[in-house]
Amino acid sequence: MRIRITFAKQGALRYTGHLDLHKLWERAARRAGLPLAYSQGFHPQPKIQIAAALPLGFSSRCEIIDLWLGETYAVQMAEIQAALPQGIQVLALEEVDERAPALQTLVTSAEYEVTLLNPPAGSDLNRRLAAVMEAASLPRQRRGKVYDLRPLIESLTLLPPEDKQAARLLMRLSARQSATGRPEEVLDVLGIPLEETRIERTRLLFGADGLQ
Amino acid sequence: MLTPEQIGDRLERVLLKVQKPGRYVGGEYNSIHKDWHAVPLHAALIFPDIYDIGISNVGLKIIYDEINRRDDALAERAYAPWLDMEDIMRQHGIPLYTLESKHPLACFDLIGFSLPYETLYTNVLNILDVAGIPLRSAERGDAHPLIIAGGHACFNPEPMHAFIDAFVIGEGEEVIHAILDCLKSQIQPPGLSTSKFQNRENALLALAKIPGVYVPRFYDVTYQEDGTIAAVTPNRPDVPETVIKRMVAKLPPAPTNFIVPNIETVHNRVTVEVMRGCTRGCRFCQAGMITRPVRERSVEEVLQAAEQAVRSTGFEELALQSLSSSDYSGIMELVEGISQRFKGRKLSISLPSLRIDTVSIALMEKLKQHRSAGFTLAPEAATERMRRIINKPLADEDLIHVTREIYARGWTNIKLYFMIGHPSETLEDVRAIASLCKRVIAEGRKVIGWKAKLHAGVSTFVPKPHTPFQWVACDTVEQIEAKQRLLQNELRDKNIKLSWTPPEDTLLEALLTRGDRRLSEVIFTAWQNGTKFDAWDEGFRWQAWLEALAQNGLELAFYTHRPRRLDEVFPWDHISDAVRKKYLFEDFRRSLEGEIRMDCRQQCYACGILPTFAAARRANPGDYWKCPEVKSQAKG
Repeated sequence: MRIRITFAKQGALRYTGHLDLHKLWERAARRAGLPLAYSQGFHPQPKIQIAAALPLGFSSRCEIIDLWLGETYAVQMAEIQAALPQGIQVLALEEVDERAPALQTLVTSAEYEVTLLNPPAGSDLNRRLAAVMEAASLPRQRRGKVYDLRPLIESLTLLPPEDKQAARLLMRLSARQSATGRPEEVLDVLGIPLEETRIERTRLLFGADGLQ
Repeated sequence: MLTPEQIGDRLERVLLKVQKPGRYVGGEYNSIHKDWHAVPLHAALIFPDIYDIGISNVGLKIIYDEINRRDDALAERAYAPWLDMEDIMRQHGIPLYTLESKHPLACFDLIGFSLPYETLYTNVLNILDVAGIPLRSAERGDAHPLIIAGGHACFNPEPMHAFIDAFVIGEGEEVIHAILDCLKSQIQPPGLSTSKFQNRENALLALAKIPGVYVPRFYDVTYQEDGTIAAVTPNRPDVPETVIKRMVAKLPPAPTNFIVPNIETVHNRVTVEVMRGCTRGCRFCQAGMITRPVRERSVEEVLQAAEQAVRSTGFEELALQSLSSSDYSGIMELVEGISQRFKGRKLSISLPSLRIDTVSIALMEKLKQHRSAGFTLAPEAATERMRRIINKPLADEDLIHVTREIYARGWTNIKLYFMIGHPSETLEDVRAIASLCKRVIAEGRKVIGWKAKLHAGVSTFVPKPHTPFQWVACDTVEQIEAKQRLLQNELRDKNIKLSWTPPEDTLLEALLTRGDRRLSEVIFTAWQNGTKFDAWDEGFRWQAWLEALAQNGLELAFYTHRPRRLDEVFPWDHISDAVRKKYLFEDFRRSLEGEIRMDCRQQCYACGILPTFAAARRANPGDYWKCPEVKSQAKG
């Protein structure tokens, strides 16, 4: 049996990285009494897949995880929620076909909402956004490799303000396994320091077939 | 003082600049968050090393639960920030705070440090400094938190006497409540003033009257001309001359709802303490002396605690803790129960400190499904003469037989613990360690060929307070290096891994563990000279310690390499673990004669526990304690 959980990751849990999140779910599943299925071999590992790694420090309201269970089990959302640390909030729970493709292969893009704590003046910000979108290419270097950031940016817009203080950006970036756009790289191009922002992943988008 | 919100805001801006920010944010499953304003007493518990190490400490977990069970108090946690985080906190004016509520440490009424070993001392100073709290007890006033410490290292509290207001000697489960009750009567009602205490000195005096609590400022130390101690005497009529350790007559239920970290840490496991104390009497072992008497939990209690702990944490490992698993009366029944209860579950189980006999193999076989790749045994010494001196008897043939069996039953890795530097050890005794390792691996090869592996962990002996070896000298750097070189030269087999302790680490421990009050200034100066995290290569600076000794006009050798006079007054003589000094001396004398003292479950050697705790023994008759029963009314 394979179950799919959509969850939010917030607060202190923003500082739990991808591998640690796997372990966290493994332990939470055991606390909730879920009969996890394990891989064969000398070091059996629970079968768990997370759709897309979330960078450290970001919050999210759209993470997706698949868990395989060794037997049919009546999974209760409340039981799972009670076994999770504060900061992980279960949003949806469903059973999916055991043979459905791996989540990681289905994700195509991701949306991020970026709150700017010290926003540049509105006109200036608009000019910078336009410059990025009009650029033919944005060569960047990351971990010693040169790549073009521009094709990874699918959209970049200013959101209507929630309050007078903070401006908010919405960016949709490619999130395919071979081509992942990183919000902090876009912010760097915009000249906005990462520590003056709050970033939340708000949506994962899937290919033409969507999530089966 | 910054509010929790202000601290939270500042953290947001810096956390992504440090390694493993998850160390500094809390939010773990099973952590306890109480309403700050709903309780009058606020305690912060600190393990003075990084989160990764401190999170799994069982002692602090026990105290955390004891305090949080009260309606009138809360307990929160803090750990030492790693070097990168400390720099950032100082740059950005972030004082050390607790993980639960983000209150600065200075806001708390009580700060409790766990001090299980000496290499944490400089971290205590550093933590107080990052928290903006005056380091010295004498500099703290009515507005500052009370700083207490407990743990095994506190059985010689003197080196840290200048920094800690009150030490808890012995077990904390009961005395923490006496301390909180006492504080409650001494603190100001909130809102009346910025001071916490009506009068700090009075509060300390009230604490000093609680059995098991040592408040250094109420004791004076005088010295002889040769630098040894003349006397330690109370400077007030109403504090005890000797502070006797606390001991809980019946172990309370074991903690089960362990805090589950959201990041990778060193030990990811639940620990269930099976028994406390040890009856073996190995002469080098401080834990075996200071944790007497032996008290055992029932098999059923351990099984239930294990089940509950695994269920409430989801951890993948269970450790059954004691100083000597094989000696636990119900060990076979326990292991059978554990293997039945956890059958088919993905859980690894560790059973430490097994005796070197075939019963141990049978025990580990029962846990086969849950076992790890290695099998650990601790012969400690490799010659008959040495084993008699340290009181850990073992025949080489038995070790060979047992290790051959272990390889034959499918374990490919055996770890053997040895110690060099025992009193009167010669290079021949050290060479015997190498010879024995070679015999073991040769036997292994006969059974399983080149798959057989051996790890020899060879640490260096440090004479500890409250042990029969408290009178002896520690080896010098030259002696230690010669012995380690010998082992390195002898053990060049590619299937034997040798590990050892750097001599400087040994000397630091040897300096601090039997130190006196004068070492407070040395610790302070060493910290100022830049050493901290002395258990880590990244922090420990031996040169800083040597300079600190010189700056304070003290000699390392006086503390480390000097055999003590037989009639010497020790810095810790006014701290009692209830084992008599006379008994320790008698046992030391036997060691010189090579006389073995067998397991004291078989025969009581009158170490001093029973006369001190006669009433507790009478109240807990039968097999629960492993000391003989007390029938008559004791004289006291």
